[in-house]
Amino acid sequence: MFRSMNPKTERTKIKEKVIEGALLLSALSSVFITLSIVFILFYEAIGFFKYVSLIEFITGTSWTPLFAKPTYGILPLVCGTLLVTVIAIIVSLPVGLVVAVFLSEYAPPKVRDVAKPILELLAAVPTVVYGYFALLFLTPLLQRIIPNLSSFNALSPGIIMGIMIIPYVSSMCEDSMRAVPMHIREGSYATGATKFQTAFKVVIPSAFSGIAAAFLIGISRAIGETMVVAIAAGMMPNLTFNPLEPVQTLTAYIVGVSIGDVPHGTLEYRSIFAAGVTLFVMTLILNIVGFLLKRRIREVY
Amino acid sequence: MVKEMDEREEIKRIIAQNRLRDKIFWILGLLFTVVGFVVLFVLLLDLFMDGLPRLKWSFFVSYPSRFPEKAGILSAWVGTALLMVVTALVAIPLGIAAGIYLEEYGRKNFITHLIEINMSNLAGVPSIIYGLLALGLFVYFFRFGESILTGGLTLGLLILPYVVIATRESIRSIPNSIREASYALGSTKWQTIRHHVLPYSLGGILTGIIIGLSRAIGETAPIITVGALTFIAFLPSSPISTSFPFLSFKWLFDPFTAMPVQMFNWISRPQKEFHLNAAACGIVLLIMTLLMNGLAIYLRYRFRKRIRW
Repeated sequence: MFRSMNPKTERTKIKEKVIEGALLLSALSSVFITLSIVFILFYEAIGFFKYVSLIEFITGTSWTPLFAKPTYGILPLVCGTLLVTVIAIIVSLPVGLVVAVFLSEYAPPKVRDVAKPILELLAAVPTVVYGYFALLFLTPLLQRIIPNLSSFNALSPGIIMGIMIIPYVSSMCEDSMRAVPMHIREGSYATGATKFQTAFKVVIPSAFSGIAAAFLIGISRAIGETMVVAIAAGMMPNLTFNPLEPVQTLTAYIVGVSIGDVPHGTLEYRSIFAAGVTLFVMTLILNIVGFLLKRRIREVY
Repeated sequence: MVKEMDEREEIKRIIAQNRLRDKIFWILGLLFTVVGFVVLFVLLLDLFMDGLPRLKWSFFVSYPSRFPEKAGILSAWVGTALLMVVTALVAIPLGIAAGIYLEEYGRKNFITHLIEINMSNLAGVPSIIYGLLALGLFVYFFRFGESILTGGLTLGLLILPYVVIATRESIRSIPNSIREASYALGSTKWQTIRHHVLPYSLGGILTGIIIGLSRAIGETAPIITVGALTFIAFLPSSPISTSFPFLSFKWLFDPFTAMPVQMFNWISRPQKEFHLNAAACGIVLLIMTLLMNGLAIYLRYRFRKRIRW
């Protein structure tokens, strides 16, 4: 009774509501972003599929949008993406996991406090600098060992990308391993197990879903990475699993077309959205599974 | 008796083996961790050896050129600076507001849940997809053109999840007793947030913003997709004009280039001399991002040390 009579309180109440509304709108902006991504990608891709049949797109084995008689088969680009991703994973997953085990189970806290931020700096280096490194440092170096390596190839950007992803993988793996309660480790030590045995037979299985999530998110990073491959893998759609040859990834194709300022509404313009949809769907699936796994670990402990 | 001896020997052998494995793994782990540092070091060294001779004053105040020795990064660094202004203006208010909502207001209902899932999904969307979004939405739908405004908005959306996540983590670490003390004195929810929650969480939020902006500086792919030009020999129009109202926003709609785009352009050329320019540009870029990250690490450390609940 007394409160509602006071105009000042009344005004404060309205102000509170307005502020809450504004904050909600800001939070909802993220939903708006996602919806626009989906809408724009699919809108332009549907325009593309009016001219190119979906079956030709998915099963076609040659991607030659610039030819007089263009063909749009996405397989060479998907293949290039997977090839580079597999190389990156072969580098980053084992190294990332070993680093995570070392930092979480072996290293003294002081070492960890220094090592973690420095490793994270690796993730902060701009990708275009990594691209420079892949093309002008690693490729010439590898060419001395493998003489028939072409100057644009899948191997060198794959390795560099793997190094780039190590901090993501190790940091997420370490977080999930540290979430394993201490008493589980102590139980293992009490039976006389070494740190090595505890780490690999007790901690890693307990943190499994978190580690799996880290792997999936690492893979999705590799699939979506653009500049390293655009610089060092060459711009040649190539249906091959030979890492010594030049390839083109989905992301590199989008960059390649964008550099040449394509006119709005042409088939070529729409083709980058078709490639984008393919990329988006691939990473989305990995991210969602990763998210669900990460949430599961939070529920266990 | 002999059998017992054998068993004992066997156990000793197993223990010794296990200990050895433990040691080997210790060394392996240290080695792999050090590999990261070594890579960072080699990267820096390679870049500096190639690019340092080009880093003269003229490099910063010249436009790109056909002649590698005369080329510079003037339009590139001005472009990057202006992009960052727009990016910060988009990402900071939006990100902090969204973070506050999710931590302080969001009830456990469908909408909050949706926003949360969505946010962590957005953080995993490849940056080039943001470029495609911006190409369709800002360039052609809103007709902002291939401009600084478009580029800044794109990068702003891209780093939004970083700012939101940092804001949330920082707010979450404030104990409830602070909020309750404020409510007990009769403050409203917003007053509590404005005068207590936000000031205490500022350190963490600032860290997130700096890390987000350092990402944005190095992002190349989305900027290329929205049509950053690779050869620009003029500056955007000045934000200050001599006539009324003295402030001009025409620069927002000017075409632009940025440091990473300029670097990419130089790398893609076959001539070795341009690669040296790329290295010099890379040094500047790398120093900026490493400085920003170093600052963020330092701030996190300072604030963690200073505040004890």
